[in-house]
Amino acid sequence: MINALVNRLLLSVPVLIGVVIFGFLLIKMAPGDPAQIMAGPTATPEVVAQIRQQMGLDQPLLVQLGRYAERLVQGDLGRSLISNRPVVSELAAAVGPTVELMIASLIWAVPLGIGMGTIAAVRRGSWVDRTIMAISVAGVSLPIFFIALVLMQFLGVTLQILPFMGRGGPLWTVDGLRHIAIPALSLGLIFVGPVARMTRSSVLEVLRLDHVRTARAKGLTERRVILRHALRNALIPVVTLIGLQAGYLLGGAVVTETIFSYPGIGRLAVGAILSSDFPLAQGTILVLALGFILINMIVDMLYAILDPRAQKS
Amino acid sequence: MTQPLLSIENLVVEFGTPRHRFPAVNGIDLTLEKGRTLGLVGESGCGKSVTSLAVMRLVPQPPGHYAGGRIMFEGRDLLSLPEAEMRKLRGGRIGMVFQEPMTSLNPVYTLGVQLREMLQAHSDLSDRAARDRAIELLDMVGLPSPAKRIDDYPHQLSGGQRQRVMIAMALANDPVLLIADEPTTALDVTVQAQILELLQSLQERTGTAILLITHDLGVVAETCDEVAVMYGGKVVERAPTGALFADPQHPYTIGLMAAVPRLDAPADRLATIPGSVPPPWANRKGCRFASRCPLAIDVCRAEQPPLAAIGTDHSVACWRAPIEEIAA
Repeated sequence: MINALVNRLLLSVPVLIGVVIFGFLLIKMAPGDPAQIMAGPTATPEVVAQIRQQMGLDQPLLVQLGRYAERLVQGDLGRSLISNRPVVSELAAAVGPTVELMIASLIWAVPLGIGMGTIAAVRRGSWVDRTIMAISVAGVSLPIFFIALVLMQFLGVTLQILPFMGRGGPLWTVDGLRHIAIPALSLGLIFVGPVARMTRSSVLEVLRLDHVRTARAKGLTERRVILRHALRNALIPVVTLIGLQAGYLLGGAVVTETIFSYPGIGRLAVGAILSSDFPLAQGTILVLALGFILINMIVDMLYAILDPRAQKS
Repeated sequence: MTQPLLSIENLVVEFGTPRHRFPAVNGIDLTLEKGRTLGLVGESGCGKSVTSLAVMRLVPQPPGHYAGGRIMFEGRDLLSLPEAEMRKLRGGRIGMVFQEPMTSLNPVYTLGVQLREMLQAHSDLSDRAARDRAIELLDMVGLPSPAKRIDDYPHQLSGGQRQRVMIAMALANDPVLLIADEPTTALDVTVQAQILELLQSLQERTGTAILLITHDLGVVAETCDEVAVMYGGKVVERAPTGALFADPQHPYTIGLMAAVPRLDAPADRLATIPGSVPPPWANRKGCRFASRCPLAIDVCRAEQPPLAAIGTDHSVACWRAPIEEIAA
């Protein structure tokens, strides 16, 4: 288990190097001149040229990349061009809220999806099944910004039962919970459909297997057969799906945070890109990539726990 | 005369949609006494597995459907028992071993967990006591170092070992009836012999009656007291094992026996029965075997022969019976 984890960590190093290079080039290709932004719109060309030289932007691309990498390994991501604060502290302040948002979204969406999928599988062909599947299709088809806006309008504006702007504090405070409710509802909803559909087909498949028949022949109650022998085994592909959807989750977080002015990594990334704040943008790309790797690592560990056959390799 | 342990009376199990049903088991009668072994023989699709599942009431519904008959077990009709009562019997008074040891155990739980679950579903043993009993059971079926292997997962075992575990599980609650559906088919020959020996020695110790489903006449000869030969959803011949092998009366049984490879009379080609089993939805007038039978006459194609006694304990469903010695 620990070996596998170390292996995974080592494997993620080249991925991270790739992300650093790609993120760097991406920002370089983006329109907008960082030196001009720092200098301000009224600066003379001489001042801009001076700033450009100071920042090393007149050097060849490879040299710039080398310097960037050098500072990176020292934990220095530069300073934001807009706020002039260190990028690292900007990122540190935003990671917590984003992690909170993801937890708050997944903690209800994944169990709900699994529950809906299981019920649909057990009651296959009934109106219950058809209703659940119709809801899932709707959930899969609706774009997150639309869900977010509808929820915002309905719960926040019309009913006025929940705030829909910003963050109220940490997750464990009442105000924090109230503020995260609508964003977490929006982000979670896009997950319910895929998880429900995957669970349904996975449970249906497992229900046909020989060992489920054995479980029935043991005289177990149907409930136990479904929960302990069908669902337990069916979760393996569902967990894989959740890992594959990690990118979807991060992307969804970007949209959700932007819509609800929620101070997380996603909003930070969008803001940085729109204002050509390239050190900050590079930083957020790095953090998002790290998040992706981390989620997949967690999924891999879960997979090993769920499927003893996977532990050997 | 005491009642038999298990008696299947005119059982009909159909498959299909409500509008198009065809029988996989079409009115069979079987009886099994306490402590005896009944072999149910036939080729794929003859209805023998469906019969065994029907006794457990595990025929998937739909598409399956119990269309008629009774399955009397210890004086109660299993087909009309409430589900909760039936569940107590499954794994309790009736144990079952399936054909595929590779897939019949749940891959995500250890042997111990799966055995314990079986024990605790039918008793209020503590985890500790159930574990001890599980180790005892694994020891009984001859799994080496059971105290260690109990925490293994099924994929860490060979096919033969898994089948031993399945047998341990089926016998966990001292069933009076053990249904073994092709317990050795998926195993290689030496392991087959071991498993059969194991079943027999366990039967001697526990007095369990065994309903053995197989397509292998060799297995029948070694283990069964009585044999019922099934063809096309019907029992076509029923006799004590010795009598059946000495004097097979149904042309299908004779054909089956001719098809068993013999070491003492080497042949260039193995004998076969020409043709194949007609599908259940094919024309059901007459004897189901008529289309493949070398002895078929007009009446065979027109009317179904009843299962009729032709000797002590020996019955056959054939218009041409008793068949005199035919050239083999």
